[in-house]
Amino acid sequence: MTFLWAFLVGGALSALAQLVVDVARLTPAQTLVGFVVLGGVASLLGLYTPLVRLAGAGATVPLTGFGHVLVQGTIADIARNGWLGIFSGGLEAAAVGVTVAIAFSYLVALLAQPKA
Amino acid sequence: MEATKVDRLRFEAVRRRHAPRRPVLANAARAFLVGGLICLVGEAVRQGFMAWLRLSPETSATPATAAMIALGAVLTGLGLWDRVARFGGMGASLPVTGFANAMVAPAMEYKRDGWVFGVGGRLFQLAGPVLLYGLLTAVAAGTAYYILYAPR
Repeated sequence: MTFLWAFLVGGALSALAQLVVDVARLTPAQTLVGFVVLGGVASLLGLYTPLVRLAGAGATVPLTGFGHVLVQGTIADIARNGWLGIFSGGLEAAAVGVTVAIAFSYLVALLAQPKA
Repeated sequence: MEATKVDRLRFEAVRRRHAPRRPVLANAARAFLVGGLICLVGEAVRQGFMAWLRLSPETSATPATAAMIALGAVLTGLGLWDRVARFGGMGASLPVTGFANAMVAPAMEYKRDGWVFGVGGRLFQLAGPVLLYGLLTAVAAGTAYYILYAPR
């Protein structure tokens, strides 16, 4: 069942992003940044965690999931460490994703040549 | 001569009339298909991690996302991602797999500008804004949460 929901939710978020680009005429970069913020806000309002439970990777693989991880990490760290968590929780929770993205991107950019 | 407001509105109307019409529904359908399929692959990877490393549904999301990022970087290096991106539009860009592509592709392209501003700078062409506004959102959300809910 999760597979079906992953497809549907991931697809719906992607189609929505495409509509923002085509109809609202935002650039793809503006849309992506907007979706990260959107995911963070939805997460704060308690809307994103149920979506993750329903759709798994359908909710965590789109960039909205990155905003969600940042905000949930922040909230969790506030519970542990008080106000310092406002500044520590986000990157702590996103550490694996950010580090893998930077390290792998660098490695591939180093090894691969762009097509002429 | 200063352009009046009416001039600008007229220009805007003409510009809109002559701008190439976008196949909005077809684009959305393709984005849905490609974005959905990438997430389907991501879900398979997540379930794979759950079974292999005996992870819970919550803890399996992080390695699965990381694997999808690595996959995007590698497919970009092999020159295979461009096709996915051309067909899928935002369906290819919104998943983290496409985000990795947005890091690798410009870094690769601008290698000739050197290792600092070329690779080092261009790697963050999109990742920089995404990290910036993502983190700002987290700080703002955390502050709001702290004021409203944190136990004292």
